[in-house]
Amino acid sequence: MTVTPSQPAITVTGLRKSFGDTLVLDGIDLDVPQGTVFALLGPNGAGKTTTVHVLSTLIRADAGEVRVAGHDAARDPDAVRAAIGVTGQLTAVDNLLTGEENLLLMANLRHLDRAEGRRRAAALLERFDLAEAARKPAATFSGGMKRRLDLAMGLVGDPRIVFLDEPTTGLDPRSRRTMWEIIRDLVTGGVTVLLTTQYLEEADELANRIALLDRGRLVAEGTPDELKRRIPGGHVRLQFADPDGLEAAAGMLGGAVRDEEALTLQVPSDGSVTALRVLLDRLGGASVEVSELSIHTPDLDDVFLTLTGQPTKEEAAR
Amino acid sequence: MSTLSYAVADSATMLRRQLRHMQRYLSVTVFLVGMPIVFLLLFVYVFGGTLGDGLGGPAGGRAEYLEYVVPGILLIAVAAGGTGTAISVAMDMTEGIVARFRTMAIYRPSVLAGHVLGSMIQTMLAVAAVTGVALLIGFRPNATPVEWVATAGVLAMITLALTWLCVAFGLVTKTVEAASNLPTPLVFLPFLSSGFVPTDSMPTWLRWFAEYQPFTPVIETVRGLLVGTAIGNSAVIAVAWCAGITLVGYLWSRRLYNRDPIR
Repeated sequence: MTVTPSQPAITVTGLRKSFGDTLVLDGIDLDVPQGTVFALLGPNGAGKTTTVHVLSTLIRADAGEVRVAGHDAARDPDAVRAAIGVTGQLTAVDNLLTGEENLLLMANLRHLDRAEGRRRAAALLERFDLAEAARKPAATFSGGMKRRLDLAMGLVGDPRIVFLDEPTTGLDPRSRRTMWEIIRDLVTGGVTVLLTTQYLEEADELANRIALLDRGRLVAEGTPDELKRRIPGGHVRLQFADPDGLEAAAGMLGGAVRDEEALTLQVPSDGSVTALRVLLDRLGGASVEVSELSIHTPDLDDVFLTLTGQPTKEEAAR
Repeated sequence: MSTLSYAVADSATMLRRQLRHMQRYLSVTVFLVGMPIVFLLLFVYVFGGTLGDGLGGPAGGRAEYLEYVVPGILLIAVAAGGTGTAISVAMDMTEGIVARFRTMAIYRPSVLAGHVLGSMIQTMLAVAAVTGVALLIGFRPNATPVEWVATAGVLAMITLALTWLCVAFGLVTKTVEAASNLPTPLVFLPFLSSGFVPTDSMPTWLRWFAEYQPFTPVIETVRGLLVGTAIGNSAVIAVAWCAGITLVGYLWSRRLYNRDPIR
Protein backbone atom coordinates (compact mmCIF):
# COMPACT_ATOMS: atom_id res chain seq x y z
CA MET A 1 0.00 0.00 0.00
CA THR A 2 1.36 3.41 -0.92
CA VAL A 3 -0.38 5.31 1.87
CA THR A 4 2.09 7.30 3.96
CA PRO A 5 1.08 8.40 7.45
CA SER A 6 0.86 12.03 6.38
CA GLN A 7 -1.73 11.24 3.71
CA PRO A 8 -5.41 11.21 4.57
CA ALA A 9 -7.20 7.92 3.83
CA ILE A 10 -9.91 9.62 1.78
CA THR A 11 -10.07 13.04 0.18
CA VAL A 12 -12.97 14.25 -1.89
CA THR A 13 -13.14 17.60 -3.62
CA GLY A 14 -16.12 19.05 -5.43
CA LEU A 15 -17.82 15.69 -6.00
CA ARG A 16 -20.91 15.96 -8.19
CA LYS A 17 -23.22 13.26 -9.48
CA SER A 18 -26.56 13.33 -11.28
CA PHE A 19 -28.87 10.51 -12.32
CA GLY A 20 -30.63 11.81 -15.39
CA ASP A 21 -32.04 15.22 -14.44
CA THR A 22 -31.78 14.58 -10.72
CA LEU A 23 -28.79 16.16 -9.04
CA VAL A 24 -27.87 13.75 -6.26
CA LEU A 25 -24.50 15.08 -5.08
CA ASP A 26 -23.92 18.79 -5.39
CA GLY A 27 -20.27 19.48 -4.64
CA ILE A 28 -19.14 17.32 -1.72
CA ASP A 29 -15.79 17.87 0.02
CA LEU A 30 -14.52 15.31 2.52
CA ASP A 31 -11.28 14.67 4.32
CA VAL A 32 -10.93 11.47 6.33
CA PRO A 33 -7.70 10.95 8.31
CA GLN A 34 -6.30 7.44 8.57
CA GLY A 35 -7.43 5.23 11.42
CA THR A 36 -10.56 7.24 12.17
CA VAL A 37 -14.29 6.68 11.82
CA PHE A 38 -16.12 9.14 9.65
CA ALA A 39 -19.92 9.13 9.62
CA LEU A 40 -22.09 10.48 6.84
CA LEU A 41 -25.36 11.30 8.55
CA GLY A 42 -28.56 12.13 6.75
CA PRO A 43 -32.11 11.09 5.93
CA ASN A 44 -33.10 8.81 3.05
CA GLY A 45 -32.34 10.40 -0.29
CA ALA A 46 -29.65 12.72 1.08
CA GLY A 47 -27.00 11.12 -1.17
CA LYS A 48 -25.20 8.95 1.40
CA THR A 49 -25.32 5.73 -0.60
CA THR A 50 -24.36 7.50 -3.83
CA THR A 51 -21.31 8.95 -2.07
CA VAL A 52 -20.26 5.46 -0.95
CA HIS A 53 -20.88 4.11 -4.46
CA VAL A 54 -18.55 6.71 -5.98
CA LEU A 55 -15.88 6.32 -3.29
CA SER A 56 -15.91 2.53 -3.65
CA THR A 57 -15.60 2.79 -7.48
CA LEU A 58 -18.99 1.21 -8.13
CA ILE A 59 -20.09 4.25 -10.14
CA ARG A 60 -18.23 7.16 -11.69
CA ALA A 61 -18.45 10.76 -10.56
CA ASP A 62 -19.62 13.46 -12.99
CA ALA A 63 -17.15 15.96 -11.58
CA GLY A 64 -14.72 16.39 -8.73
CA GLU A 65 -11.72 14.51 -7.47
CA VAL A 66 -11.86 11.39 -5.33
CA ARG A 67 -8.70 9.95 -3.79
CA VAL A 68 -8.90 6.80 -1.71
CA ALA A 69 -5.77 5.29 -0.12
CA GLY A 70 -3.73 7.72 -2.17
CA HIS A 71 -5.16 6.60 -5.52
CA ASP A 72 -7.42 8.46 -7.91
CA ALA A 73 -10.74 6.60 -8.08
CA ALA A 74 -11.39 7.65 -11.67
CA ARG A 75 -7.93 7.02 -13.13
CA ASP A 76 -6.80 4.02 -11.11
CA PRO A 77 -9.92 2.26 -9.78
CA ASP A 78 -8.19 -1.11 -9.39
CA ALA A 79 -5.63 0.36 -6.98
CA VAL A 80 -8.49 1.78 -4.91
CA ARG A 81 -10.33 -1.56 -5.06
CA ALA A 82 -7.29 -3.41 -3.77
CA ALA A 83 -7.23 -1.21 -0.65
CA ILE A 84 -10.90 -1.18 0.33
CA GLY A 85 -13.61 -3.41 1.75
CA VAL A 86 -17.26 -2.59 1.10
CA THR A 87 -20.43 -3.55 2.90
CA GLY A 88 -23.43 -2.32 0.99
CA GLN A 89 -26.96 -1.53 1.98
CA LEU A 90 -28.12 -4.36 -0.23
CA THR A 91 -26.36 -7.27 1.43
CA ALA A 92 -23.73 -8.45 -1.00
CA VAL A 93 -23.56 -12.14 -0.16
CA ASP A 94 -24.12 -15.05 -2.54
CA ASN A 95 -27.30 -16.58 -1.18
CA LEU A 96 -26.75 -19.96 -2.85
CA LEU A 97 -23.33 -20.43 -1.28
CA THR A 98 -22.65 -21.30 2.35
CA GLY A 99 -21.05 -18.84 4.74
CA GLU A 100 -17.69 -20.53 4.34
CA GLU A 101 -17.94 -20.74 0.54
CA ASN A 102 -18.73 -17.02 0.40
CA LEU A 103 -15.58 -16.21 2.34
CA LEU A 104 -13.44 -18.60 0.28
CA LEU A 105 -14.83 -16.99 -2.88
CA MET A 106 -13.53 -13.65 -1.62
CA ALA A 107 -10.18 -15.21 -0.70
CA ASN A 108 -9.85 -16.59 -4.24
CA LEU A 109 -10.73 -13.25 -5.80
CA ARG A 110 -8.16 -11.57 -3.55
CA HIS A 111 -5.67 -14.10 -4.96
CA LEU A 112 -4.67 -15.46 -1.55
CA ASP A 113 -3.11 -18.89 -1.58
CA ARG A 114 -5.35 -21.77 -0.54
CA ALA A 115 -4.04 -22.28 2.98
CA GLU A 116 -4.07 -18.56 3.77
CA GLY A 117 -7.60 -18.24 2.37
CA ARG A 118 -8.85 -21.10 4.56
CA ARG A 119 -7.10 -19.66 7.58
CA ARG A 120 -8.67 -16.22 7.13
CA ALA A 121 -12.10 -17.66 6.41
CA ALA A 122 -11.98 -19.75 9.58
CA ALA A 123 -10.76 -16.79 11.64
CA LEU A 124 -13.51 -14.50 10.33
CA LEU A 125 -16.23 -17.13 10.91
CA GLU A 126 -15.02 -17.39 14.49
CA ARG A 127 -14.67 -13.65 15.02
CA PHE A 128 -18.14 -12.86 13.64
CA ASP A 129 -19.83 -15.67 15.50
CA LEU A 130 -20.73 -17.49 12.28
CA ALA A 131 -18.91 -20.78 12.91
CA GLU A 132 -22.18 -22.67 13.28
CA ALA A 133 -23.62 -21.22 10.10
CA ALA A 134 -20.48 -21.88 8.05
CA ARG A 135 -21.98 -24.84 6.20
CA LYS A 136 -25.46 -23.47 5.65
CA PRO A 137 -26.48 -21.48 2.55
CA ALA A 138 -26.56 -17.74 3.20
CA ALA A 139 -30.20 -17.68 2.07
CA THR A 140 -31.15 -19.32 5.39
CA PHE A 141 -29.34 -16.70 7.53
CA SER A 142 -31.10 -14.15 9.75
CA GLY A 143 -30.71 -10.46 8.92
CA GLY A 144 -28.04 -9.93 11.55
CA MET A 145 -26.06 -12.98 10.43
CA LYS A 146 -26.21 -11.92 6.80
CA ARG A 147 -24.94 -8.49 7.73
CA ARG A 148 -22.07 -10.00 9.72
CA LEU A 149 -21.17 -12.32 6.84
CA ASP A 150 -21.35 -9.36 4.49
CA LEU A 151 -18.91 -7.40 6.62
CA ALA A 152 -16.65 -10.45 7.05
CA MET A 153 -16.51 -10.84 3.26
CA GLY A 154 -15.34 -7.25 2.94
CA LEU A 155 -12.53 -7.98 5.40
CA VAL A 156 -11.07 -11.11 3.79
CA GLY A 157 -8.54 -9.04 1.87
CA ASP A 158 -7.46 -7.22 5.06
CA PRO A 159 -8.43 -3.78 3.69
CA ARG A 160 -7.06 -0.57 5.24
CA ILE A 161 -10.23 1.35 4.42
CA VAL A 162 -13.73 0.00 4.97
CA PHE A 163 -16.98 1.47 3.66
CA LEU A 164 -20.14 0.59 5.57
CA ASP A 165 -23.39 1.74 4.05
CA GLU A 166 -26.03 1.82 6.81
CA PRO A 167 -24.49 -1.16 8.59
CA THR A 168 -27.22 -1.42 11.24
CA THR A 169 -30.39 -0.37 9.41
CA GLY A 170 -33.04 -3.01 10.01
CA LEU A 171 -31.11 -4.79 12.75
CA ASP A 172 -32.55 -5.46 16.19
CA PRO A 173 -30.92 -3.55 19.10
CA ARG A 174 -28.75 -6.50 20.13
CA SER A 175 -27.39 -7.09 16.63
CA ARG A 176 -26.79 -3.35 16.37
CA ARG A 177 -24.66 -3.40 19.53
CA THR A 178 -22.69 -6.37 18.16
CA MET A 179 -22.07 -4.49 14.92
CA TRP A 180 -20.86 -1.45 16.84
CA GLU A 181 -18.40 -3.61 18.76
CA ILE A 182 -17.10 -5.05 15.50
CA ILE A 183 -16.61 -1.59 14.03
CA ARG A 184 -14.75 -0.39 17.13
CA ASP A 185 -12.47 -3.43 16.93
CA LEU A 186 -11.69 -2.61 13.31
CA VAL A 187 -10.61 0.89 14.20
CA THR A 188 -8.49 -0.40 17.05
CA GLY A 189 -6.70 -2.46 14.39
CA GLY A 190 -5.88 0.73 12.50
CA VAL A 191 -8.57 0.50 9.83
CA THR A 192 -10.20 3.67 8.52
CA VAL A 193 -14.00 3.42 8.46
CA LEU A 194 -16.42 5.53 6.49
CA LEU A 195 -19.98 4.70 7.45
CA THR A 196 -23.36 6.11 6.58
CA THR A 197 -26.24 6.19 8.99
CA GLN A 198 -29.63 7.71 9.61
CA TYR A 199 -29.14 7.57 13.36
CA LEU A 200 -27.53 10.40 15.27
CA GLU A 201 -26.98 7.99 18.16
CA GLU A 202 -24.96 5.66 15.95
CA ALA A 203 -22.78 8.43 14.56
CA ASP A 204 -22.30 9.73 18.09
CA GLU A 205 -21.28 6.28 19.39
CA LEU A 206 -18.80 5.46 16.65
CA ALA A 207 -17.54 8.45 14.74
CA ASN A 208 -14.59 10.75 15.29
CA ARG A 209 -16.11 13.14 12.80
CA ILE A 210 -19.60 13.47 11.40
CA ALA A 211 -20.69 15.10 8.16
CA LEU A 212 -24.31 16.03 7.80
CA LEU A 213 -25.66 15.42 4.33
CA ASP A 214 -28.90 16.96 3.10
CA ARG A 215 -30.14 16.87 -0.49
CA GLY A 216 -26.69 16.29 -1.92
CA ARG A 217 -24.92 18.97 0.08
CA LEU A 218 -22.84 18.88 3.25
CA VAL A 219 -24.65 21.16 5.67
CA ALA A 220 -22.27 20.68 8.60
CA GLU A 221 -19.16 18.80 9.59
CA GLY A 222 -17.39 18.35 12.88
CA THR A 223 -16.82 16.17 15.90
CA PRO A 224 -19.98 14.84 17.58
CA ASP A 225 -19.55 17.37 20.41
CA GLU A 226 -19.12 20.28 18.02
CA LEU A 227 -22.30 19.33 16.23
CA LYS A 228 -24.29 18.78 19.37
CA ARG A 229 -23.37 22.22 20.61
CA ARG A 230 -25.12 23.59 17.55
CA ILE A 231 -28.31 21.70 18.33
CA PRO A 232 -30.90 23.24 20.60
CA GLY A 233 -31.36 21.48 23.92
CA GLY A 234 -34.19 19.11 24.60
CA HIS A 235 -37.47 19.96 26.23
CA VAL A 236 -40.07 18.63 28.63
CA ARG A 237 -43.60 18.45 27.35
CA LEU A 238 -46.35 18.97 29.92
CA GLN A 239 -49.95 17.99 29.23
CA PHE A 240 -52.76 19.60 31.27
CA ALA A 241 -56.31 18.50 31.97
CA ASP A 242 -57.81 21.98 31.56
CA PRO A 243 -56.92 25.47 30.26
CA ASP A 244 -56.61 26.81 33.83
CA GLY A 245 -53.71 24.49 34.59
CA LEU A 246 -52.01 25.45 31.33
CA GLU A 247 -52.53 29.12 32.10
CA ALA A 248 -51.11 28.84 35.62
CA ALA A 249 -48.07 26.86 34.53
CA ALA A 250 -47.34 29.12 31.57
CA GLY A 251 -47.40 32.12 33.89
CA MET A 252 -44.90 30.48 36.16
CA LEU A 253 -42.45 29.06 33.61
CA GLY A 254 -40.81 31.65 31.39
CA GLY A 255 -39.56 30.67 27.93
CA ALA A 256 -42.09 27.87 27.56
CA VAL A 257 -43.99 27.36 24.33
CA ARG A 258 -47.71 26.81 24.80
CA ASP A 259 -50.22 25.05 22.62
CA GLU A 260 -53.74 26.16 23.60
CA GLU A 261 -55.56 23.52 21.60
CA ALA A 262 -53.55 20.52 22.73
CA LEU A 263 -53.29 21.96 26.26
CA THR A 264 -49.55 21.38 26.28
CA LEU A 265 -46.54 23.34 27.33
CA GLN A 266 -42.98 22.80 26.02
CA VAL A 267 -40.42 23.72 28.64
CA PRO A 268 -36.75 23.89 27.61
CA SER A 269 -34.82 21.40 29.74
CA ASP A 270 -31.85 19.05 29.53
CA GLY A 271 -34.13 16.31 30.86
CA SER A 272 -31.92 15.54 33.89
CA VAL A 273 -33.46 14.22 37.11
CA THR A 274 -32.45 17.37 38.99
CA ALA A 275 -34.04 19.65 36.44
CA LEU A 276 -37.22 17.56 36.49
CA ARG A 277 -37.38 17.60 40.29
CA VAL A 278 -37.05 21.40 40.36
CA LEU A 279 -39.72 21.73 37.69
CA LEU A 280 -42.19 19.41 39.42
CA ASP A 281 -41.53 21.02 42.85
CA ARG A 282 -42.39 24.43 41.43
CA LEU A 283 -45.58 23.16 39.81
CA GLY A 284 -46.49 21.19 42.97
CA GLY A 285 -45.84 24.24 45.16
CA ALA A 286 -48.37 26.19 43.09
CA SER A 287 -50.81 23.24 43.14
CA VAL A 288 -50.84 22.96 39.33
CA GLU A 289 -52.00 19.52 38.19
CA VAL A 290 -49.99 17.97 35.33
CA SER A 291 -51.79 15.06 33.67
CA GLU A 292 -48.87 13.87 31.55
CA LEU A 293 -45.17 14.53 31.22
CA SER A 294 -42.70 13.49 28.53
CA ILE A 295 -39.02 14.20 27.98
CA HIS A 296 -37.63 14.99 24.53
CA THR A 297 -33.89 14.78 23.93
CA PRO A 298 -32.43 16.32 20.77
CA ASP A 299 -32.48 13.96 17.79
CA LEU A 300 -31.65 14.01 14.12
CA ASP A 301 -34.79 16.01 13.43
CA ASP A 302 -33.60 18.75 15.75
CA VAL A 303 -30.22 18.73 14.04
CA PHE A 304 -31.79 19.15 10.67
CA LEU A 305 -34.23 21.75 11.80
CA THR A 306 -31.38 23.80 13.21
CA LEU A 307 -28.83 23.36 10.49
CA THR A 308 -31.00 23.42 7.38
CA GLY A 309 -33.85 25.52 8.70
CA GLN A 310 -36.16 22.82 7.37
CA PRO A 311 -37.53 19.73 9.03
CA THR A 312 -36.64 16.33 7.61
CA LYS A 313 -39.29 14.83 5.39
CA GLU A 314 -40.51 12.59 8.19
CA GLU A 315 -40.97 15.47 10.59
CA ALA A 316 -42.77 17.56 7.99
CA ALA A 317 -45.23 14.75 7.38
CA ARG A 318 -46.22 14.57 11.02
CA MET B 1 0.83 -12.71 -11.14
CA SER B 2 0.40 -11.22 -14.57
CA THR B 3 -2.83 -9.79 -15.94
CA LEU B 4 -3.35 -12.95 -17.99
CA SER B 5 -2.98 -15.30 -15.04
CA TYR B 6 -5.35 -13.09 -13.01
CA ALA B 7 -7.82 -13.29 -15.87
CA VAL B 8 -7.60 -17.09 -15.92
CA ALA B 9 -7.66 -17.44 -12.12
CA ASP B 10 -10.64 -15.09 -11.65
CA SER B 11 -12.60 -16.66 -14.52
CA ALA B 12 -11.96 -20.11 -13.03
CA THR B 13 -13.19 -18.86 -9.63
CA MET B 14 -16.35 -17.48 -11.23
CA LEU B 15 -16.87 -20.73 -13.15
CA ARG B 16 -16.65 -22.72 -9.91
CA ARG B 17 -19.24 -20.36 -8.46
CA GLN B 18 -21.55 -21.02 -11.42
CA LEU B 19 -21.10 -24.78 -11.12
CA ARG B 20 -22.03 -24.57 -7.42
CA HIS B 21 -25.12 -22.56 -8.36
CA MET B 22 -26.12 -25.27 -10.84
CA GLN B 23 -25.74 -27.92 -8.13
CA ARG B 24 -27.92 -25.90 -5.76
CA TYR B 25 -30.45 -25.03 -8.48
CA LEU B 26 -30.62 -28.58 -9.72
CA SER B 27 -34.25 -28.16 -10.88
CA VAL B 28 -33.15 -25.72 -13.61
CA THR B 29 -30.46 -28.07 -14.85
CA VAL B 30 -32.88 -31.00 -14.85
CA PHE B 31 -35.41 -28.92 -16.79
CA LEU B 32 -32.86 -27.77 -19.37
CA VAL B 33 -31.72 -31.36 -19.95
CA GLY B 34 -35.16 -32.94 -19.68
CA MET B 35 -37.07 -30.57 -21.96
CA PRO B 36 -35.27 -31.46 -25.22
CA ILE B 37 -35.47 -35.16 -24.35
CA VAL B 38 -39.25 -34.84 -24.00
CA PHE B 39 -39.31 -33.08 -27.38
CA LEU B 40 -37.27 -35.89 -28.92
CA LEU B 41 -39.63 -38.56 -27.61
CA LEU B 42 -42.68 -36.51 -28.60
CA PHE B 43 -41.54 -35.95 -32.15
CA VAL B 44 -40.32 -39.49 -32.71
CA TYR B 45 -43.14 -41.45 -31.08
CA VAL B 46 -46.13 -39.13 -31.62
CA PHE B 47 -45.43 -37.36 -34.93
CA GLY B 48 -42.58 -39.53 -36.20
CA GLY B 49 -44.62 -42.24 -37.96
CA THR B 50 -46.49 -39.80 -40.16
CA LEU B 51 -43.72 -37.26 -40.66
CA GLY B 52 -41.26 -40.03 -41.55
CA ASP B 53 -43.48 -41.20 -44.38
CA GLY B 54 -43.55 -37.66 -45.75
CA LEU B 55 -39.77 -37.51 -46.03
CA GLY B 56 -40.01 -39.66 -49.13
CA GLY B 57 -37.09 -41.89 -48.26
CA PRO B 58 -36.95 -45.62 -49.01
CA ALA B 59 -37.71 -46.81 -45.47
CA GLY B 60 -40.12 -44.13 -44.29
CA GLY B 61 -41.85 -44.09 -40.95
CA ARG B 62 -40.57 -43.58 -37.42
CA ALA B 63 -37.00 -44.88 -37.93
CA GLU B 64 -36.36 -42.53 -40.83
CA TYR B 65 -37.80 -39.56 -38.95
CA LEU B 66 -35.59 -40.26 -35.93
CA GLU B 67 -32.60 -40.07 -38.20
CA TYR B 68 -33.86 -36.78 -39.61
CA VAL B 69 -34.98 -34.95 -36.44
CA VAL B 70 -32.00 -35.42 -34.06
CA PRO B 71 -30.05 -32.30 -35.23
CA GLY B 72 -33.18 -30.15 -34.77
CA ILE B 73 -33.69 -31.46 -31.24
CA LEU B 74 -30.02 -30.79 -30.44
CA LEU B 75 -30.54 -27.17 -31.46
CA ILE B 76 -33.64 -27.00 -29.23
CA ALA B 77 -31.38 -28.08 -26.36
CA VAL B 78 -28.89 -25.34 -27.24
CA ALA B 79 -31.60 -22.67 -27.45
CA ALA B 80 -33.17 -23.78 -24.16
CA GLY B 81 -29.75 -23.53 -22.56
CA GLY B 82 -29.68 -19.91 -23.75
CA THR B 83 -32.90 -19.20 -21.87
CA GLY B 84 -31.27 -20.60 -18.74
CA THR B 85 -28.27 -18.32 -19.28
CA ALA B 86 -30.40 -15.18 -19.64
CA ILE B 87 -32.31 -16.03 -16.44
CA SER B 88 -29.21 -16.78 -14.41
CA VAL B 89 -27.43 -13.60 -15.56
CA ALA B 90 -30.49 -11.46 -14.84
CA MET B 91 -30.86 -13.03 -11.39
CA ASP B 92 -27.21 -12.43 -10.64
CA MET B 93 -27.43 -8.76 -11.60
CA THR B 94 -30.22 -8.17 -9.07
CA GLU B 95 -28.02 -9.54 -6.26
CA GLY B 96 -25.71 -7.36 -4.22
CA ILE B 97 -22.84 -9.78 -4.76
CA VAL B 98 -22.21 -8.51 -8.30
CA ALA B 99 -21.98 -4.95 -6.95
CA ARG B 100 -19.36 -6.28 -4.55
CA PHE B 101 -17.42 -7.88 -7.45
CA ARG B 102 -17.37 -4.48 -9.12
CA THR B 103 -15.66 -2.95 -6.10
CA MET B 104 -12.92 -5.59 -6.08
CA ALA B 105 -9.65 -5.59 -7.97
CA ILE B 106 -10.50 -8.58 -10.14
CA TYR B 107 -10.45 -9.28 -13.87
CA ARG B 108 -13.63 -7.44 -14.69
CA PRO B 109 -15.06 -9.69 -17.43
CA SER B 110 -14.60 -12.75 -15.18
CA VAL B 111 -18.19 -12.50 -13.90
CA LEU B 112 -19.50 -12.87 -17.45
CA ALA B 113 -16.84 -15.42 -18.36
CA GLY B 114 -18.04 -17.56 -15.43
CA HIS B 115 -21.59 -17.40 -16.75
CA VAL B 116 -20.56 -18.24 -20.32
CA LEU B 117 -18.33 -21.16 -19.33
CA GLY B 118 -20.90 -22.50 -16.87
CA SER B 119 -23.69 -22.30 -19.43
CA MET B 120 -21.52 -23.94 -22.07
CA ILE B 121 -20.92 -26.89 -19.75
CA GLN B 122 -24.60 -27.12 -18.84
CA THR B 123 -25.73 -26.97 -22.47
CA MET B 124 -23.15 -29.44 -23.69
CA LEU B 125 -24.34 -31.84 -20.97
CA ALA B 126 -27.89 -31.43 -22.29
CA VAL B 127 -26.64 -32.03 -25.85
CA ALA B 128 -24.82 -35.19 -24.71
CA ALA B 129 -27.92 -36.41 -22.88
CA VAL B 130 -30.13 -35.88 -25.94
CA THR B 131 -27.61 -37.70 -28.12
CA GLY B 132 -27.50 -40.54 -25.60
CA VAL B 133 -31.28 -40.94 -25.54
CA ALA B 134 -31.41 -40.76 -29.34
CA LEU B 135 -28.88 -43.60 -29.57
CA LEU B 136 -30.88 -45.60 -27.03
CA ILE B 137 -34.09 -45.36 -29.05
CA GLY B 138 -32.42 -46.42 -32.27
CA PHE B 139 -30.56 -43.45 -33.79
CA ARG B 140 -27.76 -45.00 -35.84
CA PRO B 141 -25.41 -42.32 -37.24
CA ASN B 142 -22.63 -43.42 -39.60
CA ALA B 143 -20.21 -40.72 -38.41
CA THR B 144 -16.49 -41.44 -38.11
CA PRO B 145 -14.68 -40.36 -34.90
CA VAL B 146 -13.47 -37.25 -36.74
CA GLU B 147 -17.03 -36.44 -37.76
CA TRP B 148 -18.20 -36.88 -34.16
CA VAL B 149 -15.55 -34.42 -32.98
CA ALA B 150 -16.55 -32.00 -35.75
CA THR B 151 -20.21 -32.33 -34.69
CA ALA B 152 -19.27 -31.49 -31.11
CA GLY B 153 -17.28 -28.54 -32.43
CA VAL B 154 -20.16 -27.13 -34.48
CA LEU B 155 -22.57 -27.52 -31.56
CA ALA B 156 -20.06 -25.87 -29.21
CA MET B 157 -19.77 -22.94 -31.62
CA ILE B 158 -23.51 -22.32 -31.83
CA THR B 159 -23.76 -22.76 -28.05
CA LEU B 160 -21.04 -20.17 -27.49
CA ALA B 161 -22.78 -17.78 -29.89
CA LEU B 162 -26.23 -18.12 -28.30
CA THR B 163 -24.77 -18.03 -24.78
CA TRP B 164 -23.10 -14.66 -25.38
CA LEU B 165 -26.27 -13.34 -26.98
CA CYS B 166 -28.31 -14.54 -24.00
CA VAL B 167 -25.82 -13.01 -21.53
CA ALA B 168 -26.61 -9.69 -23.22
CA PHE B 169 -30.35 -10.47 -22.95
CA GLY B 170 -29.88 -11.10 -19.24
CA LEU B 171 -28.02 -7.81 -18.82
CA VAL B 172 -30.31 -5.62 -20.89
CA THR B 173 -33.52 -6.63 -19.13
CA LYS B 174 -34.41 -5.15 -15.78
CA THR B 175 -36.31 -8.11 -14.35
CA VAL B 176 -35.79 -11.85 -14.29
CA GLU B 177 -39.24 -12.37 -15.90
CA ALA B 178 -38.32 -10.21 -18.88
CA ALA B 179 -35.00 -12.04 -19.18
CA SER B 180 -36.80 -15.37 -19.39
CA ASN B 181 -39.09 -14.08 -22.16
CA LEU B 182 -36.52 -12.42 -24.39
CA PRO B 183 -34.80 -15.62 -25.64
CA THR B 184 -38.12 -17.39 -26.35
CA PRO B 185 -37.90 -16.74 -30.12
CA LEU B 186 -34.62 -18.68 -30.09
CA VAL B 187 -36.46 -21.78 -28.88
CA PHE B 188 -38.93 -21.43 -31.76
CA LEU B 189 -36.35 -20.80 -34.47
CA PRO B 190 -35.38 -24.48 -34.82
CA PHE B 191 -39.01 -25.23 -35.77
CA LEU B 192 -38.82 -22.66 -38.58
CA SER B 193 -35.74 -24.32 -40.04
CA SER B 194 -34.84 -27.58 -41.74
CA GLY B 195 -34.78 -29.22 -38.31
CA PHE B 196 -38.20 -30.87 -38.26
CA VAL B 197 -39.33 -31.01 -41.90
CA PRO B 198 -37.45 -30.28 -45.13
CA THR B 199 -37.77 -26.61 -46.09
CA ASP B 200 -39.06 -27.45 -49.59
CA SER B 201 -42.32 -28.65 -48.00
CA MET B 202 -42.98 -25.11 -46.68
CA PRO B 203 -44.86 -22.24 -48.42
CA THR B 204 -42.47 -20.00 -50.36
CA TRP B 205 -42.34 -17.08 -47.90
CA LEU B 206 -41.65 -19.36 -44.91
CA ARG B 207 -39.21 -21.40 -46.92
CA TRP B 208 -37.23 -18.29 -47.73
CA PHE B 209 -37.02 -17.45 -44.01
CA ALA B 210 -36.19 -21.04 -43.04
CA GLU B 211 -33.37 -21.29 -45.54
CA TYR B 212 -31.70 -18.04 -44.59
CA GLN B 213 -31.96 -18.15 -40.80
CA PRO B 214 -28.87 -19.21 -38.84
CA PHE B 215 -30.16 -22.51 -37.45
CA THR B 216 -30.66 -24.16 -40.83
CA PRO B 217 -26.98 -24.21 -41.92
CA VAL B 218 -26.00 -25.43 -38.45
CA ILE B 219 -28.59 -28.21 -38.59
CA GLU B 220 -27.60 -29.17 -42.15
CA THR B 221 -23.95 -29.34 -41.11
CA VAL B 222 -24.67 -31.49 -38.07
CA ARG B 223 -26.96 -33.74 -40.10
CA GLY B 224 -24.35 -34.12 -42.82
CA LEU B 225 -21.64 -34.99 -40.29
CA LEU B 226 -23.80 -37.52 -38.42
CA VAL B 227 -25.76 -39.31 -41.15
CA GLY B 228 -23.87 -38.35 -44.29
CA THR B 229 -26.33 -36.07 -46.12
CA ALA B 230 -24.83 -33.41 -48.39
CA ILE B 231 -23.33 -30.46 -46.46
CA GLY B 232 -22.45 -28.21 -49.38
CA ASN B 233 -21.69 -24.67 -48.27
CA SER B 234 -23.74 -25.03 -45.04
CA ALA B 235 -20.62 -25.52 -42.92
CA VAL B 236 -19.07 -22.23 -44.06
CA ILE B 237 -22.33 -20.34 -43.56
CA ALA B 238 -22.79 -21.95 -40.13
CA VAL B 239 -19.31 -20.90 -39.00
CA ALA B 240 -19.90 -17.37 -40.27
CA TRP B 241 -23.23 -17.09 -38.43
CA CYS B 242 -21.71 -18.44 -35.20
CA ALA B 243 -18.75 -16.08 -35.38
CA GLY B 244 -21.03 -13.11 -36.13
CA ILE B 245 -23.52 -13.85 -33.32
CA THR B 246 -20.68 -14.50 -30.86
CA LEU B 247 -19.06 -11.17 -31.71
CA VAL B 248 -22.31 -9.21 -31.46
CA GLY B 249 -23.31 -10.95 -28.20
CA TYR B 250 -19.86 -10.45 -26.69
CA LEU B 251 -19.52 -6.77 -27.60
CA TRP B 252 -23.09 -6.03 -26.54
CA SER B 253 -22.62 -7.84 -23.21
CA ARG B 254 -19.33 -6.10 -22.53
CA ARG B 255 -20.88 -2.72 -23.20
CA LEU B 256 -23.89 -3.43 -20.98
CA TYR B 257 -21.75 -4.75 -18.15
CA ASN B 258 -19.35 -1.80 -18.22
CA ARG B 259 -22.15 0.72 -17.80
CA ASP B 260 -22.57 2.15 -14.32
CA PRO B 261 -24.83 -0.31 -12.51
CA ILE B 262 -26.90 2.51 -11.06
CA ARG B 263 -28.06 5.18 -13.47
